[in-house]
Amino acid sequence: MLEIKNLQVTAEDKEILRGIDLSVNKGEVHAIMGPNGSGKSTLARALSGHPEYQVTGGQVLFEGRDLLDMDPDERAREGVFMAFQYPVEIAGVNNAYFLKAALNAKRKHQGLPELDAMEFMSLVNDKAKLLEIDKSMLSRAVNEGFSGGEKKRNEIFQMALLEPTLAILDETDSGLDIDALKLVANGVNAMRSPERAFIVVTHYQRLLNYIVPDFVHVLSGGRIVKSGGKELALELEQKGYGWIEAA
Amino acid sequence: MTPQLAEKPKSVPFASAFDQRPHGGPRWLEDLRARGAARFAALGLPTVREEEWRFTNVAPIGASEFTLAEPVSGVADQLAGFAYSDAPVRLVVVNGRYDSTLSRTRGLPQGVRVGSLAQAMTDHADVVQRYFGQLADFTHRSFAALNTAFVQDGAYVYLPDNVILDTPIHVVFVTGAEAARVMAHPRTLVVASAGSQCRIVESYIGAEGQTYFTNGVSEVFVAENAIVDHYKVQQESLDAFHVASLHAHTARSATFSSHSFALGGKLVRNDALAILDGEGGECTLNGLYLADRERLIDNHTAIDHAKPHCPSHEVYKGILGGTARAVFNGKIIVRQDAQKTDAKQTNRALLLTDGATINTKPQLEIFADDVKCTHGAAIGQLDDDAIFYLRARGLTYADARDMMIHAFAAEILDRVKIEPLRQALEAELFEQLARDLAEVDGART
Repeated sequence: MLEIKNLQVTAEDKEILRGIDLSVNKGEVHAIMGPNGSGKSTLARALSGHPEYQVTGGQVLFEGRDLLDMDPDERAREGVFMAFQYPVEIAGVNNAYFLKAALNAKRKHQGLPELDAMEFMSLVNDKAKLLEIDKSMLSRAVNEGFSGGEKKRNEIFQMALLEPTLAILDETDSGLDIDALKLVANGVNAMRSPERAFIVVTHYQRLLNYIVPDFVHVLSGGRIVKSGGKELALELEQKGYGWIEAA
Repeated sequence: MTPQLAEKPKSVPFASAFDQRPHGGPRWLEDLRARGAARFAALGLPTVREEEWRFTNVAPIGASEFTLAEPVSGVADQLAGFAYSDAPVRLVVVNGRYDSTLSRTRGLPQGVRVGSLAQAMTDHADVVQRYFGQLADFTHRSFAALNTAFVQDGAYVYLPDNVILDTPIHVVFVTGAEAARVMAHPRTLVVASAGSQCRIVESYIGAEGQTYFTNGVSEVFVAENAIVDHYKVQQESLDAFHVASLHAHTARSATFSSHSFALGGKLVRNDALAILDGEGGECTLNGLYLADRERLIDNHTAIDHAKPHCPSHEVYKGILGGTARAVFNGKIIVRQDAQKTDAKQTNRALLLTDGATINTKPQLEIFADDVKCTHGAAIGQLDDDAIFYLRARGLTYADARDMMIHAFAAEILDRVKIEPLRQALEAELFEQLARDLAEVDGART
């Protein structure tokens, strides 16, 4: 589904990713771990098309198409979703209104009929129940005045609604207490399917107790320095990142 | 300086119009006109050397030598295309004169008076004479002096005690002439007696492409425990000059709110001035303006807290494109007596282009010691992070940007309590915005 070949990315003229190779198939969950500054969030943001990150080399194919050639919104409509590390507060833009517009933009792109207000609300009710999310969040402005936990839950809620083919979670666990973490993990687990893949970027192993990955990759200095199964995360938890960086 | 000198400045604009100054009406009116004319002769038009006019050069108004319009017919079709043209009750004032054939004033409760101001000056003389000109100071304000010199007619609204009007009153001022550069000095007087409630919409319109000058003065008196909800919709021709002042006075526990929408005009100056002159009175002055091309929109507000326990609220927002300029000056005066004043002022502007500019200034004069006054100004472009966030969910750049701009404007639009008016304003605003944004996009590629 996703083929990353020798991806090189700079931000503010600083070289951050120095050649990433990664292959993600349908149904798989890949965890990206690594110390601060290793480039793991850069990878997530570059894949989503963030304008502050310049791709200077390499290739990314998403379902056989050149992902890097697409605008950020086109990537989203094609089925790539990124849960932001720091979701943006947007005063005055109603959450439900925005989500309906986003969902319909995607449906239109897929050649599906747009949902009317009734159909949308019924879908919202289903997803809210599934994720144990308080619907009152929807009547507020996008992320405005939300607590850290609420913002992350809103990201997962959006993901559930937009049903991406590839979901990238950029440190969704950071700053969450254990209850909020479980809620987020349950949401992701509820969405796991043979047709969908996840890239879970995290600094801490804890999240991976709840979202069990198929593969774990360790980033250091802008390269993947080690890949393995879920047990690699536990090893990192015990030994820290030092032994990887030294290797 | 000798008094003679003060009476004879270098040159008074509109000299030919002054020769045709209107006459007639009651004696006090004749007298008032004469005093207005004398003051204008002494003051002339303001210049940018005056603090109140630092950023707004009105010399082009004086240079245009506008003349007084002849009475015109055939503006009925013009009235159809403007916001809220289907209002059930409306007073139409064409080039400063009330037009009864275009107006609709039926079905109002007993004792309510709406219609021609000139007529009210004779047959409702005691009320009109008591209130007329009491707020619009013309000794220092030259446009008020000019208006007073030419005062003839306009709109009059009177509510007796405890009458609650459900139907909004729409006052439409039409200015312009096909073959001439005309000016009009319309006047509005609203007297809401104790315990009464009403909603007033003032619309200023003109035919697109016409160059003319509207110089309006409105006075609103809100008596004890009365509520007046006021809207001003300025949709003048994009070649027109529009100068207007709104003066409101609130008595004990009276509530006045005004929402100003400035969508048209080439050079626009709005003054909104409220005096909170009774305990427990409340005042809201909000505004939304859209400036593009080389237009200038200047909003000056002043809220005078003269008595204790009065809250006031003020939010002005602007959207600027092209090489448009905007000015916002928000004065809040808290008199020594006015303890427990709670005044909030916010001013925000969204600049869509690099060429657009705004000058903004809060001006607080506080003489009481137990008060709360807050003010804030924010000028800027659309937030790139927010745009990216919306795009990352599948919205195109244009859709994301439009959503942000709509949200910006909605904060003011959503406070319009007359639903058909709100919808009309929203449609008009976003139609104009779409044109402006298409230009911005055109310049980008």
